Amino acid sequence: MAEVVQPAIQAAKDERLKKEGLGARLMKRPELGAIAGVILVTTFFLITADSAMFTLSGIMNFMTPAAQLGILAIGAAMLMIGGEFDLSIGSMVAFAGLIFGAATVTLGLPLIFAIPLTMIVAAMIGAVNGSIVLRTGLPSFIVTLAFLFVLRGASLVGLKIASGGSTQLRGVRDAVEGDWLAPLFSGDAFGPLFVWLAEAGVIETFNNGAPKVPGIPVEILWFAFLALVATYVLLRTPAGNWIFAAGGDSNAASNSGVPVRKVKVSLFMLTAMCGALVAIITVMDSGSTDARRGFMKEFEAIIAAVIGGCLLTGGYGSAIGAFFGAIIFGMVTIGLTYTDFDQDWFQIFLGGMLLIAVLFNNFIRKRVTGER
Amino acid sequence: MTQDSKFHHGDVSTDAKPIIEMIDIEKHFGNIIALAGVSFDVKPGECHCLLGDNGAGKSTFIKTMSGVHKPTHGTITIDGKPMNFSSPRDAMEAGIATVFQDLAMIPLMSVTRNFFMGREPTIGRGPTKRMDVQKMNETVVEEMRKMGINLRGPDQAVGTLSGGERQTVAIARAVYFGARVLILDEPTSALGVRQTSNVLATIDRVRKQGVGVVFISHNVRHALAVGDRFTVLNRGKTLGTAKRGEITPEALQDLMAGGQELAQLEGSLEGTV
Repeated sequence: MAEVVQPAIQAAKDERLKKEGLGARLMKRPELGAIAGVILVTTFFLITADSAMFTLSGIMNFMTPAAQLGILAIGAAMLMIGGEFDLSIGSMVAFAGLIFGAATVTLGLPLIFAIPLTMIVAAMIGAVNGSIVLRTGLPSFIVTLAFLFVLRGASLVGLKIASGGSTQLRGVRDAVEGDWLAPLFSGDAFGPLFVWLAEAGVIETFNNGAPKVPGIPVEILWFAFLALVATYVLLRTPAGNWIFAAGGDSNAASNSGVPVRKVKVSLFMLTAMCGALVAIITVMDSGSTDARRGFMKEFEAIIAAVIGGCLLTGGYGSAIGAFFGAIIFGMVTIGLTYTDFDQDWFQIFLGGMLLIAVLFNNFIRKRVTGER
Repeated sequence: MTQDSKFHHGDVSTDAKPIIEMIDIEKHFGNIIALAGVSFDVKPGECHCLLGDNGAGKSTFIKTMSGVHKPTHGTITIDGKPMNFSSPRDAMEAGIATVFQDLAMIPLMSVTRNFFMGREPTIGRGPTKRMDVQKMNETVVEEMRKMGINLRGPDQAVGTLSGGERQTVAIARAVYFGARVLILDEPTSALGVRQTSNVLATIDRVRKQGVGVVFISHNVRHALAVGDRFTVLNRGKTLGTAKRGEITPEALQDLMAGGQELAQLEGSLEGTV
């Protein structure tokens, strides 16, 4: 657990305890593996990749996909700490994209209605997932695996109905054009700041004087914001304690008065809403939605969470870890294009990284619990 | 005045009113009579041992006391007022805390997080409502020191504590949250000698704070070390209650086993039981 030790209230020294070095204390933090991974991957690309990768535009280039995955990974990490899985989040992105596309294009709703509608539908599906898991006591793996197919299929069928036979729904960009809420969910933020920085000569510009990076893509801001909020909730609020407790031992937790069912259903809803947020951002960005959106993202999100230190058995992990896990992902997918390596090395790397992360986490858990 | 020992200091005043009184409790599960009229009471500052062999009805009885089961017959009074527990939460609110064998502890979580699990103190309001981490940490270190355990730090994971220390955390937690009667379900059954003596010392400390302790055990020596009164259950009935100093270990042992058979057994085992 990542509490800060208050030095003032350290108990009287026990002579049987050896002094713990900084290294040993750091080892006990769940996000250490992911931070080490980021350093490793950064070093690797600093050596092998074109120097353009670590310019401002290069960084935005890999942070954008990292952020889109990271929003899902933070939801997945919270749910994993709470002791459950959701394999349907990738399909949820497609399904929420359909709802959002249909609401804006087919129904012509403004964003102020379309976004809450998408969120509510996603949350309801999350609640159904969670209720089935908790009512029946079946593993969440199998229940959400069913929803992986159900939602993917529903997206296909729904898209055909909404678009009249096609598996793609276009025209979202025109539909949301000029909506006052649009800047919150699409495009780049802090545009004027970047123009000013360009004029001041701090950042790179095109020949006509416009900055090469027009601003920070909003998904990156959402990603950072969610990572901070999730970390705060986990470490500093009763709800966070309940999440750890529900995942660590749901029986012990409910005997101690933790509302385990409520906690878990809320986490399923939160994860589904993370999927919906990614759907809204990416659909508005590309101007269309299709049934393959979010394909395989559930696995990538879970991998990012595991690289970030979450245990598959629940009760341990961190949102900041998932944040760095997602950044590793983005760096590798995009970074390989800056190198001479074939891009298809990506999947090999991914599997290797996952295996190392799981072995490392297993070792850490034994250190933390003092198992031998 | 009975003799003080390592784990027993001072007697309970005999005129103290019981906190909880259970009179003629019966519990039937279908056609099985698990409890056939058990009477039991706990006074403040007293350690009342409930002894009995496996299947004697100890578990059913404490589950009735802690609100898990409703008695089929009989009355439960607290401070003289009749009570009707419909859930463990009711019993908890009345000050009856139970430390079950699984302890309700999560090894991966820190001592602080375990201690306050489900009952976290908060500061701030609305969206800034958060756990009062500093107060939580200070309280845990302080409460554990009172119980004789020096933590490495409040963020130490429970998994790194020994069995006896975990038991002590669970007891300290129950006492901190206002337990007046503390039910300990076989707290020493899985522990080594040293850890057992730690737990017995903890029970003595808690008792001196005025908490009534119900100590369930089938180990006569552990019970005699710390108990003020001893009630023996056998086949769903009370075989009587004895005061400290009025009964020998051999007599208790015999009562628990129902007399006869153990006497024969003991002969063949040459006094090793």
